[in-house]
Amino acid sequence: MTDFNLFSKAPDGDLYTKWEDYKSSLKKLSPEEANKYKVIVIGTGLAGASASATLAEKGFNVHAFSFHESPRRAHSIAAQGGINAAKNYKSDGDSVMRLFYDTIKGGDFRSREDNVYRLAEISKNIIDQCVAQGVPFAREYGGLLDNRSFGGVQVSRTFYARGQTGQQLLLGAYSALSRQMEKKKVKFYSRHDMLDVVLVNGKAKGIVTRDLISGKISTHSADVVILATGGYSNVYYLSTNAMASNVTANWRAHRKGALFANPSFTQIHPTCIPVKNDFQSKLTLMSESLRNDGRVWVPKKKNDQRKAADIPEEERDYYLERIYPAFGNLVPRDVASRRAKEVCDEGRGVGPTGYAVYLDFQRAIEKKGEEFIREKYGNLFDMYQNITDENPYKTPMKIYPAVHYTMGGLWVDYNLMTTINGLFSIGESNFSDHGANRLGASALMQGLADGYFVVPHTTMDYLAKEKPLEKDITSFPEFIEAKKKTEEEISKLMKVDGSLAVDEVHRELGKIVWDKIGMARNRKGLKSALEEIPKVKQKFWSQISIPGDDKDVNQELEKALRIKDFIELAELMAYDALDRNESCGAHFREEYQTEENEAKRNDTDFKYVAAWKYSEEESPKLFKEELQYKNVKLKTRSYK
Amino acid sequence: MNINLKIWRQKSDHQDGGLRSYRLENIDPNISFLEMLDILNIKLVKEKKDPVAFDHDCREGICGSCGFMINGRPHGPQKATTVCQLHMRAFNNEDNILLEPFRAEAFPVIKDLSVDRKAFDRIISSGGYVAVDTGDVLEANSIPVTKEDADEAFLSSACIGCGACVAACKNSSAMLFTAAKVSHLALLPQGEKEGKERVVNMVATMDEEGFGACTNTGACSAECPKEIGQTNIARLNREFIKSKI
Repeated sequence: MTDFNLFSKAPDGDLYTKWEDYKSSLKKLSPEEANKYKVIVIGTGLAGASASATLAEKGFNVHAFSFHESPRRAHSIAAQGGINAAKNYKSDGDSVMRLFYDTIKGGDFRSREDNVYRLAEISKNIIDQCVAQGVPFAREYGGLLDNRSFGGVQVSRTFYARGQTGQQLLLGAYSALSRQMEKKKVKFYSRHDMLDVVLVNGKAKGIVTRDLISGKISTHSADVVILATGGYSNVYYLSTNAMASNVTANWRAHRKGALFANPSFTQIHPTCIPVKNDFQSKLTLMSESLRNDGRVWVPKKKNDQRKAADIPEEERDYYLERIYPAFGNLVPRDVASRRAKEVCDEGRGVGPTGYAVYLDFQRAIEKKGEEFIREKYGNLFDMYQNITDENPYKTPMKIYPAVHYTMGGLWVDYNLMTTINGLFSIGESNFSDHGANRLGASALMQGLADGYFVVPHTTMDYLAKEKPLEKDITSFPEFIEAKKKTEEEISKLMKVDGSLAVDEVHRELGKIVWDKIGMARNRKGLKSALEEIPKVKQKFWSQISIPGDDKDVNQELEKALRIKDFIELAELMAYDALDRNESCGAHFREEYQTEENEAKRNDTDFKYVAAWKYSEEESPKLFKEELQYKNVKLKTRSYK
Repeated sequence: MNINLKIWRQKSDHQDGGLRSYRLENIDPNISFLEMLDILNIKLVKEKKDPVAFDHDCREGICGSCGFMINGRPHGPQKATTVCQLHMRAFNNEDNILLEPFRAEAFPVIKDLSVDRKAFDRIISSGGYVAVDTGDVLEANSIPVTKEDADEAFLSSACIGCGACVAACKNSSAMLFTAAKVSHLALLPQGEKEGKERVVNMVATMDEEGFGACTNTGACSAECPKEIGQTNIARLNREFIKSKI
């Protein structure tokens, strides 16, 4: 087994000038030279589309793959609230340093200083870029850009386009990508799943794909491969992710040697529409921006069956305002989620299941008027009413936490390269910038920072040191072998002749992961998860049924290939959560909490990134990247 | 509630299709329309039959993946609602519900209710962008945009590219889709400079892709789940005439 000495490769020197200095030291290629190279990008959401467009502008020949019909359908499109940038347009004392610090603190001191500072620095360029593309951000009457506040911070730095910021940013990146498609610098492969990465002499040189229409398995060679395949929240079955969001590309890379970092760092978003019944297929988020004007509360009394309107003010517990007077309803996501679970576990939850809390706009409507609220959140209120059949202008919303984002992902160095040479990972698919908890409006920021402004430079540097492939090398034995393995796997799946639909197994897996590796974890639960998950795996391989043909559109087969990998990932999440004998950010181990039920971090023993190596025969092996804090002082996170 | 479904089944664009009947009983009216189809599909899988293929992903009404005809209307009976946001409470017990794919020459059937809408991507590729390279841009607040223009541009840019407008149109015209993008960029100073070329190229691509002509019946806007307005078409026409002067 190869051993890894995990080193971020971030250059030494002054934090404030590090990225600019480093960038100018990187090797460059002229557009003519770049034209000799082929780049494969998997995924065309914010990170993938922005990287593909930018690399094509620099002269590279980009082959972009997506399981979607069109790049515009990637799940980035569903991000509602906004994107952070340290522009300080509001003159409220914001700065790159402050955004950097908020992000490190929000992540509970489990992210890399150098990466996070770079992210904060680049945030300003992103807004410039998006405005130039014609992204219709919200404006003030004077014509300048408007901002709003988000959780975990005390300044107003979030740029937004009503509740559809992700849509507008993705359409911006998609338009840049479309422009390069027209110039034939990007070739887009629609409805293709990536099923393996191919290594030649230890370097990523291509992929195996399945065409979701013809079922054809193909191989593609290139000089470098970039994964921009998003997060793995769907391991929980119910999440706010889109139905087809999956871990497959990342997991296949992991099986080929890319280390997987902090898999148990998964974000539970506090404001989602509660689960209503057993047929539920996904959960819907209500943007965190609602907490600017909405107040979270539950009845003071247990099992209070009265309607919200019948509960007088003095019998309501605005618990976030009570416990956290400084941040109130705007505490970070992990804190808000955990406190919601706590009050519901106490029996003070509302709604038919008792697993919901109120998000109340009454005071904001009285003070600012219904029109103001409609202008700011109209589409969210409509969406809520459509799903729940309740009017949130009249009665408070009912919300409950749901899985939303995964901070964990493939381990990458400062260049965003994984432990496989020539394999990069960007956006939510890597682990890099959010530590143990991501702040709101930072996912869009990271996706676009990686895609527009980081990976194009570091990929170019990598390629400048690589000789371009002279020809297509898919006839090499490595490709033939990888293709054969993929075909064998599919035929093995098609032969399982059981009676369960893949979704049924997925739901069972999701329940274990939610109960035992969800909002609160403990040693006993994690150990039992490690016993139960292999049983699910066995059930999957013996009892599922996939009707139809694999050489045809076969949506059940697509799902089966994804669930297979989710099952393996779930096991790794349990190992990771079990190893981390501390609480930090979203990782709340019940054994490690303060008297006030806050996360109790252990910086002496756990100030590391946990990066896991895959093994077919034995349990995964842990490698540690010790985190260095030279510019911020480690503190106990407090939002009081 | 109980429902009687008639669903268009077609293996591929090259094969003939037909309607098939299915009955579902004891459906909770609070589940979504697509969750109802999930239930049908699980049932079919258990009977070792081919499940119904349909496109869907975000189930939040924003990705634009879903969309088919329900009782002759794109995305079904509810105004300003995509199929994925439609709930069974919009129907009555023992209703007959007819499901067919969006039908247009430019949208070939992939399988059952799933169609290929890549023609939309090609329309965007032919000019639906501002030609700026990454990094080569001005400071954001150096391009002021009035709130009215920004809001109006946003409303045009809210199009999700689902194709309902084409399916609703008797000529299968893609005018509303194209006009929404032309409008979004025409309303902003960033998009102004390439305005002439943009509208000419996008309209040409729209024609090449086999979409029909617009006769201003307004069916597209009426069925649009994002309520993209007819004014966009007027704006496209204005831009088009301007480009000829």
